[in-house]
Amino acid sequence: MRKRTYRIYRRAVATVAALGLVAGPAACSSGPDDTASAGPATAEGTDDGAQLSLWTRAPLELQAKALVTAYNASHKNQVSLTIVPNDDYVAKVGAAAGSGDLPDLFAADIVYVPNWTKAGLFADLTDRIKLLPYADKINQGHLAAGTYENKQYVLPFVLDLSVIFYNKKLYQEAGLDPEKGPATLDEFKQQALAVQKLGKPGVHGTYFGGNCGGCNVFTWFPMVWASGAEVMNAEGTTSLLDGPAAQKVYSTWRELQDGGAIAPGSKDETGATWVAAFQEGKIGVMPYPATLLKTASKTVDVGVVPIPGATGGASTFVGGDGIGVSKDSKKADQAWNFLSWLTSEAAQVDVLAANDSTVARTDLADNKYAAKDPRVATINKVAASPQSKTPFAVNFQQAFNAPGSPWVTLLRNQVYGDAGALAKDNAAVTDVLGQ
Amino acid sequence: MTTILSAPPARPGAPPHARRRRRREIHGWAYATPSALLVGVFFVVPVLLVVRMSLSDWGLFAGDRGWNAPENFTDAVDDRLFWPAVGFTVKYTLVTTVILLGLALGLALVVQESNRWTGFLRTSILVPSALGLASASLLFYALYSPQSGLFGEVSFLGTPTRALWSTVALIVWRFAGFYMVLLLVGLQAIPGEVYEAARLDGANRLQTFRHVTLPLIRPSLALCTILCVTGSMLAFDQFYILTKGGPDNSTITVVQLIYNAAFAGRNNLGLAAALSIILLGALLVLNLAQFRWLRSKED
Repeated sequence: MRKRTYRIYRRAVATVAALGLVAGPAACSSGPDDTASAGPATAEGTDDGAQLSLWTRAPLELQAKALVTAYNASHKNQVSLTIVPNDDYVAKVGAAAGSGDLPDLFAADIVYVPNWTKAGLFADLTDRIKLLPYADKINQGHLAAGTYENKQYVLPFVLDLSVIFYNKKLYQEAGLDPEKGPATLDEFKQQALAVQKLGKPGVHGTYFGGNCGGCNVFTWFPMVWASGAEVMNAEGTTSLLDGPAAQKVYSTWRELQDGGAIAPGSKDETGATWVAAFQEGKIGVMPYPATLLKTASKTVDVGVVPIPGATGGASTFVGGDGIGVSKDSKKADQAWNFLSWLTSEAAQVDVLAANDSTVARTDLADNKYAAKDPRVATINKVAASPQSKTPFAVNFQQAFNAPGSPWVTLLRNQVYGDAGALAKDNAAVTDVLGQ
Repeated sequence: MTTILSAPPARPGAPPHARRRRRREIHGWAYATPSALLVGVFFVVPVLLVVRMSLSDWGLFAGDRGWNAPENFTDAVDDRLFWPAVGFTVKYTLVTTVILLGLALGLALVVQESNRWTGFLRTSILVPSALGLASASLLFYALYSPQSGLFGEVSFLGTPTRALWSTVALIVWRFAGFYMVLLLVGLQAIPGEVYEAARLDGANRLQTFRHVTLPLIRPSLALCTILCVTGSMLAFDQFYILTKGGPDNSTITVVQLIYNAAFAGRNNLGLAAALSIILLGALLVLNLAQFRWLRSKED
C-alpha cells in the first residue's frame, strides 16, 4: 500500500516536473543589472587567492582538468571545475543565467557563442584582450565568434579540430599504404571500401553520426571548405549546403552506404557513441575529433591527415569551446587572471600541447611537443590553413545541432533517403537560420 | 492527488457544542495545512508561473520580455513537429497501455497461486522496477547498440517502427512487474467464497474470469490505467536516451518537444510553457474522464 501511494506521488511529481522543467529558471529571474564591471584593467589581472568557479562540458574534460590543475598549482587563486554532461549544458547555463547564478568563468561550444554573446551572458573583455602582447596571434575563428557589436567577449579555451583518423593496422591488412591517408574524397571512399572488403567480423570501412547534427557539422563542413566552397553566407542567415561541393560530399557517403562500408550502427547514432567504434579498432577511416588523439592512440595505431575536399585541399572545423567571464561574476579581475594565463605559453605549450591538444596561438604552433609527434604537427598546421573555419550563425544550434534539426533531415535524406529532396531540405535550413 | 484527499473527512452528526466544533475545525486545519502548503509550493505556484510564462515573450537567457499572448500558443500549435508529436504520443500511450496491462494481468494470474516457484517468479518479474528509468534506458541503449549489444549488428532503432517497438519492449520490461503487483493486490482481495459460489453455479474458468474476476478487480485495473496513461503521455527519458526523437523525428513525444523548445537552440521558455499548459490541460481532461468512467461503473 505504501508502495502504491508512493508511486502515485511519483507520478504526480512527474507531472509537476514536466512543468517545473520550464518553471525552474523563472522562479528567481533577475535582470542582468549587476554586470561585472572592469576595474583598472591589467594584462595579468589579479591573483589574490580568490575562489573561482568554472563550468565546461564533458567532451573537454581531459583538457579542462589539466588546465585547472596546472593553474591551481601555480597561482594563489583557486579554480573549482564543474563538468556538465554535453546534452545538459545549455539547460544548466540557461537556468543559471536566468537566476543570476552563472559561475565566474564558463566555456561554451564555439558555435553557440554568437547566440550567447548576443544574449549578454558574458562580460566585455575588449580592453583586457587588447593588453595581451600576443593578441593578434590568438585563433581568429574563435575571436570572431566571440565578437558581438565590435566588443570581444570570448577567448579560445580548448580547440577541437576535426581531422581524418585511420587505423594503420587495418590499412596494412587491406593492402593500403599505412603512411598515406586519403587526400581526396574519392580516396577516402576507396580506402574505406578496401577496409570493408577485408570482411572481418565487426570491422567496417567507416562510421558517422547518422542521427547527429553536430557530428556532421564538425566532419562534413570541412569537406565542403576544402573543396573551396562555403556552407553559409557570411551573415549566417542563408544555407549554401546545396552547392556542387556539398553534393559531392553527400554522394561520397551515399556510395559508401550503398557499398556497405558504413557500420550499421551509424544510422541510429545520436552522437553519444560516435567515436567509440574507432577506438575499439573496428573502423578503417573516419573524420574524428583531434582532441581524442591521445585517447584513441591507447588502443589503435592512429594515422592522421587533414580532411580533404573533392579534389584535394585541407581543412578542419575550428571547433571546441570559447571561454569568457560571466555577466554575474563579482571577481572579474581574478577571472581575467585565469584567462590571461590560459593564453600564455605556460598553458598553451606546457599543458595543452603536452596533452596532444592543439594550441590556440599561431606563434606557438611549432613547439617541442609538435616536433616529437608529426601527427600533432599535422593537426597544428591544418588549424592555420585558410580553408579551416569556425562557422558563424546566431541560430546555429537550432538549425544544425538540435535533435530533429532541418540539417539532420537533410543529411539523412542524402545518405539514406530521397536525395532529390536537397533543394527543399536546404530551404528548411535557411528558414531557421534566417529567423 | 493523495495529499488533497488525506485531510480527514468531517464527521456528520458532531455534537452541537460550539467550542468543541471550533476545536475540531482547528484540528482539521492543522491536519490539512502541511499538505496544502506542499501542494501550494510545489504545484500551484509553479503552475501559475508556467501560465505566466506561457503568456509572455520569455527567453531562456533573456528572461521576461513582456506579454505576448496568445502568440506562444499559436506558435506551439503551428510548430511543424506539434501534430506529429501529439500523434506519436497518443499512439505510444495506446500501445504501451494495452500491452503492459494485458501482460501484467496475465502475470498476476500466473503468480497468484502459491507453489514453490511463485516467490522466485514474483521477485524476478519485479526486480526491473527497482531500476531507475534512465538507467534502464541506458542499459537498453547498450544492449541495442550494434557495437556493444548482445544481438550483433541488428538495427533496433533504425526505422520508426523498430524504434517504437524497441522502446515499448524496454518499458514493458521495466514496468510489467510493478503493474503485476498492483493487480495482484486486487486479485488477492477477492474472497474465496465468490469463486466457490461461481463453481457451484457451474461456471467454467473463462466465465469465472469474465464475470467474477474482472468486475472485482476493476478498481485496481482503473488505477493501473490511470497511472499507465499518465506516465506514457509524459514519456521523455526513454526516448531522450534511446532515440533523441529519431529516426527522422518519428519518435518525438510532446515532452521532448517542450524540452527542445526550451533548451535545444530555440531557447524559448514561453513556447515551452505554452506546450506544457496544453499538455497539462489534456492530462486533466483525460484523468477526469477516467475517474468519471470509474465512478459510473462503481455506481
